[in-house]
Amino acid sequence: MTGSTNDPTDGPTTRPATGPTTGPTTGTVTEQPEDAAWKPSGDRDHHRRAGELTAREFLRWTWRQLTSMRTALVLLLLLALGAIPGSVIPQEGVDALKTQDWKTAHPHLTPIYDRLSLFSVYHSPWFAAIYLLLMISLVGCIVPRLLVYWRGYRQQPPPAPRNLTRLPDHASYTTSEEPGVVLQRAARHLTRRHRLATSAPASELGSAEDGWVSGERGQLREAGNLLFHLSVLVVLVGFGIGSLFGYKGGVILVVGNGFSNSLTQYDDFDPGSLFDAAKMEPFCFTVHDFKVDWIQSGPRQGMARGFQAPLTYRTSCSGDRSTWSPERSYNLRVNHPLTIGGTQIFLIGHGYAPVITVRDGQGHKLYDGPTVFLPESSNFESFGVVKASGLKAGQDIGLEGLFYPTFALIDGDPVNVMGDDKNPTLSLLAYVGDLGLNTGVPQSVYEMDKAGMRELKKPDGKMFRVDLQRHETIQLPDGAGSVTFHGVKHWTRLQISRTPDVWLTLLGVVLALIGLLGSLFIRPRRVWVRARRSDGGTLVEVAALDRSGGGDLAPVLSTVVDSLRPGDDAAERPKELA
Amino acid sequence: MTDLQWEHLSNQAIGAAGVVYFLALLAHLIEWSALRTVPVAAVARTVVRAPATAGAPPAQDGTVTASSAAAPPQESTRFRIEMFGRLALMLTVIACAAHLVAVVSRGLAADPNRVPWGNMYEFTITGSFVVTAGYLLLRKRYGLAWMGPIVTAIVLVLLMVAVLWLYSPIEPLTEALNSPWLVIHVMSAMVATGAFTLGGITSALYLVRARAEKRETEADHGYVARLPSLATLDRVSYRIHAFGFPVWTFAVLISGPIWAHQAWSSYWNWDPKEVCAFITWVVYAAYLHARATAGWRGRNAAILALIGVATLWFNFIGINYFSTTSQHSYASGAPAVSLRAH
Repeated sequence: MTGSTNDPTDGPTTRPATGPTTGPTTGTVTEQPEDAAWKPSGDRDHHRRAGELTAREFLRWTWRQLTSMRTALVLLLLLALGAIPGSVIPQEGVDALKTQDWKTAHPHLTPIYDRLSLFSVYHSPWFAAIYLLLMISLVGCIVPRLLVYWRGYRQQPPPAPRNLTRLPDHASYTTSEEPGVVLQRAARHLTRRHRLATSAPASELGSAEDGWVSGERGQLREAGNLLFHLSVLVVLVGFGIGSLFGYKGGVILVVGNGFSNSLTQYDDFDPGSLFDAAKMEPFCFTVHDFKVDWIQSGPRQGMARGFQAPLTYRTSCSGDRSTWSPERSYNLRVNHPLTIGGTQIFLIGHGYAPVITVRDGQGHKLYDGPTVFLPESSNFESFGVVKASGLKAGQDIGLEGLFYPTFALIDGDPVNVMGDDKNPTLSLLAYVGDLGLNTGVPQSVYEMDKAGMRELKKPDGKMFRVDLQRHETIQLPDGAGSVTFHGVKHWTRLQISRTPDVWLTLLGVVLALIGLLGSLFIRPRRVWVRARRSDGGTLVEVAALDRSGGGDLAPVLSTVVDSLRPGDDAAERPKELA
Repeated sequence: MTDLQWEHLSNQAIGAAGVVYFLALLAHLIEWSALRTVPVAAVARTVVRAPATAGAPPAQDGTVTASSAAAPPQESTRFRIEMFGRLALMLTVIACAAHLVAVVSRGLAADPNRVPWGNMYEFTITGSFVVTAGYLLLRKRYGLAWMGPIVTAIVLVLLMVAVLWLYSPIEPLTEALNSPWLVIHVMSAMVATGAFTLGGITSALYLVRARAEKRETEADHGYVARLPSLATLDRVSYRIHAFGFPVWTFAVLISGPIWAHQAWSSYWNWDPKEVCAFITWVVYAAYLHARATAGWRGRNAAILALIGVATLWFNFIGINYFSTTSQHSYASGAPAVSLRAH
């Protein structure tokens, strides 16, 4: 804190930081003018040049620099600055697909960005460097202050300054009362909300000829301040534990299918660095249905809401069926996750899975079942791929195309009217050939490798499309086989995550807020009353000092002065109020 | 009343509020243009002059008394100043009331009734309401009369932006927004936004006044000369920020993550909006920190506050339009690949 709290002339000039944090003990290292740098710096150190430090001094200097307020401030701003690219450039961890698109669109920038880890800013070494330095700076700043606070808390307030009228906020008046009477009254008044120190013990104060009362309040401000900073550490630790030991995974589950919590069941899985798969909770569940309300009219016509995915779950499905825990049911909704042990299950998406059967030319069933199509727009026009492996090499059948939940032909163009499945229709292109399923290279189920595939055309060479409504079957050209569209099922996208010790983080932020409120709104204040006999009566001086700066002391002073007046003798008025 | 009637009421009230804000701005401009011809000292006791906030250093008045030899304003000018000052305040109060009606009826027009914070239009009209309400509430306490023309102008512009570009018809809340945390999270975010905006205005004026004082030109006439002293501006700015910061902390670092944990499965997603809110938090933390420890008062602190308010408003409006990956993207046409895309 600067000593300028009540200095009215404290204008726009920057003051150097004061206090023990400014710089090296050797003092002149950084401030030495250029030309003086090579001159001997003092009597004691004449064998060394200015700016030269022993290793120990250097470490000490570095530590002091690192834990100085200035550095903390710069680091704080650097943290803000460092976070900016993360909000502008797409991040791998947030949206991998967008990141990929961005990389494709900017081939020249990508290598540079990659080198600077701009696609995963929050896991990059330089970002870690900033917050680790900040944390060290925080610890180095907080620990000494804790000690100072601890010692200071038990001490009495300092005695009143000799000359109270030199303080910016003061008042004085003369009265005919004895100094001791005034002082006793002052002590009585101040003791209510202040810690007190007096020039003489309470019993002797009444007979003092020249004495003072010193009151101090608002020491909790510093406590709040310390609590805030300590809590920030707690939050960082909690955040660290959560992201190191936790995991987050996603799975697309067609309604009716079950899920048991093991690594192989996830579509995507993002574990923390210290995550242990053996500690995954052995629950399982089955999604029985998915319900959604489509708004039929009004400005948001076609918007979906009221998502519900009723499911049944068991908290333990490991081992023999007889040891499974009893089945319970839960209606999974947005904003209402299901908590099983320490793991939570969230409903975060939905879509359609047309049930499709593909047969080859001989009528053998090559593929049968619901196929997940991914929505491409808000009206759930969805894209998907069917990969049917043929009985012989080179006879694979591939389908690729769109699913329209509510299909309509408007002016000859196929249009999807809304997201509800009022008129589900498939419109696919068909391919035959080699899908490359046996090459051992893992493939996405949402993409088809068309390198070995040939698009099927009508006998006259025109484009052939598999256009199907529910319960319809179409024969493929060239006797390649047939495709049947049986109906539609819903799928739900579930996010399953475990964040250990999330309560620690929450506790940390809440404590931080409490500490913050204390450090912002508690006003540390000192009030002094000095009374001494002067010619014609007793001269009473009152002064106050707001140590936080920015406080408004005039009302405080007048309250104190009022309280010093004798109870019913209103004639005694303060003669001079500065 | 039916929903449709409520909706009409809301739209009309917004229009009315806009018109009255404009009239209030005009009244303020007439008031201040009248004041231009009058030296500061001569009208020191009229309503317009910011009541020298108690505790303001007496040194500030030194310059004022020095020029009090200037001729007192004519009776008509004096009357005009006082009259239009009061008129402007009254109009602002009326506009604020209409503004409130617009916000409330917007919520009542939805079926089912809800808080009116479902999209950018609603955020903007509510956020600007908080700015006006904050100004009116703090006006007396901090002597903010000088802020009048700026607040009315800013709110007017915000309302115009909202009505012209951001307007969207009333619609039910998207599923992810349908949570009690909407009320808690968004309300605190908006209160903090209002406070930071007022703080930003104060800081900007601090810089303007500091510059004018440095040049020492025309210190006696005009708007800048009538701003409170630098020390007062600095203190008012600090107090407003000190109020806004804990509220913002609650919005961004407590209620936000709790809700995110419920709706999106993870309390911190490094979503662009979250990151930007965090950046804002850090900048304001630096502001308070700088004042408390490094002794950065005045100019440097004011610059930090302006950076803070810039990140705040960029976050509020910019992220919704420029960022493609934000889950917080309320701006039109939410992609529906997943429920979280709101």
